[in-house]
Amino acid sequence: MNTKPKASKAQLAEQFRSFIDPEYVITDDETLKPYECDGLAMYREMPMLVVLPETVEQVQRVMRICHENDVPVVARGAGTGLCAGAMPHKEGVVLSLAKFNRIIKIDPLGRTARLQPGVRNLAISEEAAQYGLYYGPDPSSQIACTIGGNVAENSGGVHCLKYGLTVHNILSVEMVTAEGDLITIGSDGLDSCGMDLLALITGSEGLLGVVTEVKVKLLPTPEVAQVIMAGFDSVEKGGDAVGGIISHGIIPGGLEMMDSHAIIAADDFAQAGYPRDAKALLLCEVDGTEEEVHEHIAEAEEVFRKLGATSIRTSQSEEERALLWKGRKSAFPAVGRISPDYYCMDGTIPRRHLARVLLEMEKMSDEFGLRVANVFHAGDGNLHPLILFDANVPGEFEITEEFGSKILELCVEVGGCITGEHGVGVEKIRQMAVQFNDEELQQFHDVKAAFDPTGILNPGKGVPTLKFCQEYRSIEHKQHKHEQTDAAHG
Amino acid sequence: MADMTQQLQEQVLQARQSGQKLNIVGGGTKAFMGRAADPEAGTLSLAEHTGIVEYHPVELVLTVRAGTPIKDIEAALAEEGQCLHFEPPRFGEASTIGGTLACNLSGPARPWTGSVRDQVLGIRLLNGKGEHMRFGGQVMKNVAGYDVSRLQAGAMGTLGAITEISMKVMPKPAATATLVEEMSLEDVIDYMNRRAGEPKPITGACWVDGKVYLRLSGARSAVEATAEKWSGEVMEGGDDFWQQVRDMQHEFFAGNDVPLWRFSVDSTAPNPKVEGRWFFDWAGSQRWFRGEASLGDLEPLARAAGGQVSLFRGGDRSGEVMHSQPEALKAIQRRVKNSFDPDGIFNPGRLYSWL
Repeated sequence: MNTKPKASKAQLAEQFRSFIDPEYVITDDETLKPYECDGLAMYREMPMLVVLPETVEQVQRVMRICHENDVPVVARGAGTGLCAGAMPHKEGVVLSLAKFNRIIKIDPLGRTARLQPGVRNLAISEEAAQYGLYYGPDPSSQIACTIGGNVAENSGGVHCLKYGLTVHNILSVEMVTAEGDLITIGSDGLDSCGMDLLALITGSEGLLGVVTEVKVKLLPTPEVAQVIMAGFDSVEKGGDAVGGIISHGIIPGGLEMMDSHAIIAADDFAQAGYPRDAKALLLCEVDGTEEEVHEHIAEAEEVFRKLGATSIRTSQSEEERALLWKGRKSAFPAVGRISPDYYCMDGTIPRRHLARVLLEMEKMSDEFGLRVANVFHAGDGNLHPLILFDANVPGEFEITEEFGSKILELCVEVGGCITGEHGVGVEKIRQMAVQFNDEELQQFHDVKAAFDPTGILNPGKGVPTLKFCQEYRSIEHKQHKHEQTDAAHG
Repeated sequence: MADMTQQLQEQVLQARQSGQKLNIVGGGTKAFMGRAADPEAGTLSLAEHTGIVEYHPVELVLTVRAGTPIKDIEAALAEEGQCLHFEPPRFGEASTIGGTLACNLSGPARPWTGSVRDQVLGIRLLNGKGEHMRFGGQVMKNVAGYDVSRLQAGAMGTLGAITEISMKVMPKPAATATLVEEMSLEDVIDYMNRRAGEPKPITGACWVDGKVYLRLSGARSAVEATAEKWSGEVMEGGDDFWQQVRDMQHEFFAGNDVPLWRFSVDSTAPNPKVEGRWFFDWAGSQRWFRGEASLGDLEPLARAAGGQVSLFRGGDRSGEVMHSQPEALKAIQRRVKNSFDPDGIFNPGRLYSWL
């Protein structure tokens, strides 16, 4: 959006305070400060003001006022996102959905939950547990992240291969449009007539509307889950073992891989008893009925053994299962202990290229002079390379970004994509030019305009301008990176 | 096995220039669906645009040209012990994967395996400007850009011609069993939902003519143990029954004289009280109804059941056949259509008269 807002901060605040509790219309720098970034704290911007409405009608009025006055609106859940998708706009309003934190209804027979967007992901499963049900997608931030944010990012987690992403687990959303209309997309049925707008909204990063209610599907909690930990003396063998399990016809509930840097860091942190000399570690969780798990665990152990596992350990109790997962789940903070800072990437690749990608990443690591540890949602090809750096060393974050950018370009080169689950936001807007051509990007802009003709919703995120892309593709972008970042947000 | 992209692209550009409209046709087995096709429009045929582009069984990913018949895809997958586990209906030998996605058609396993839309990872699409674009990809997770691929599900070609689809495929289940027992319409909705809420390997739940059919599939030991535990007789030839349901070859669907309506509703909703014959699938979420009625009369009933209704086959196809949309959603869909197909070339009026 290019138009200047037609109302000043003071005018807007006054209007908002006429219908929102004045305490929840934030204008002073000190209280605004916590909103300046999301989970990707390297990208910061102070908002003009923050509002925390308490009713859908208030959200509609905020949107109408912003629409009339060409004021950018950035919707925000818990702010745990990792792509600066919720980074404020300096001339805009942050619309926090934090007050919408109620589980409206759980229907145990129909296996659904109606939720306000500020409900935490984990709270859904906690509430549903009494009925033997749970909510499938479990991003690692699930203790804090909200369902509204999950819809915006199409969040995944470690169980995606078997249970799907957010888009596979929601039935409908209620949404306020850029113009302030309230619409329902989807229904209580499994599909609705016409083009699938629900899929389009999911993962749209707050660029198409503000979600005010979500209806999700719930799944019966599996009777049993067991995890096999298998160590391998090369990354190739680890990768082959992933393929081996799937070719065998077993779809694990979770299938995670770590490289040697991650294994050691995680084991130091969690004392999970990981094989510290292994070059690759697989955690393969099988869930289902007792008979099914029993049958599949035996088969999976056999597959791993045949494919050269140097160690195999299968959890024999819930405690042991939790311990084996603890290392993986704490891999990020564990890596945080061996480096002052780390930068988490999120590319996805076809699994058959895993060894090549890891090898090239090692080479780049030498070139850039920065270490990289890898955790990997192996079942679905989603890589999370963690680049280790020190933000206090001048220029080191810039080198880190450059390194990250090369990793993402490599993912595209082998037929993958620049983001599997974290979203584009501000962070990966440059690499959009690598994954998509101008016609495709223009189509995205046109879709956006169909929902938000004046472009007030989360401007400068998700889809780069064509002018920027042409520049990015044509010139050696290293020296011009900062100017280009500005242009991308134009 | 041919790549017809260039010819298709030229035809669209030509149509755009001459102001001609185009009906997109694959195998032609779904001509009965949607509103009647515009007789003035030309045909954009995908029937020759066939072939598997890439198939990596270990990745569980298949990329295929949109005109490829379902039967050819299934034959290739079967060689690797895999399948299209959303069970696309085959209305004939010629039914294609492109048409299946455009019409968002999935079989009895859908509530458990996901729909055709759920398996889609990426597409190539020819829009109304003749641009051949690629969205999504060949990987399970991809959140770069809007999900234009899944947007096509149910759009019935109104946004463009899907030319290529990448999708997730799955291993064939090792074993299946079908349990059948007598049950009234009043009791069966609660029963199917209760069963679906148990952590057992259920992949089918339907009811017709006073009998409920549950399908179990997965690891042999799990299927056998559940069949033992649950009520109902193990049915001989159970797989044939599910094939009939999947392809709408079951006697319930026969004949064209009585209109066939499809309700997509809350699986637990009490059934609408209306004279006619019913077939419940998807544990009560998809309900087929045969009877003379008007869309205007059935819509409030579908809405009360939390969902929507459409005239699937037969009846008057000159009026609307899909559940009506509120004004705000109509406006958005018109603008979305316009963003892909500014001259309104593709399948005019096929989905809604106003689109």
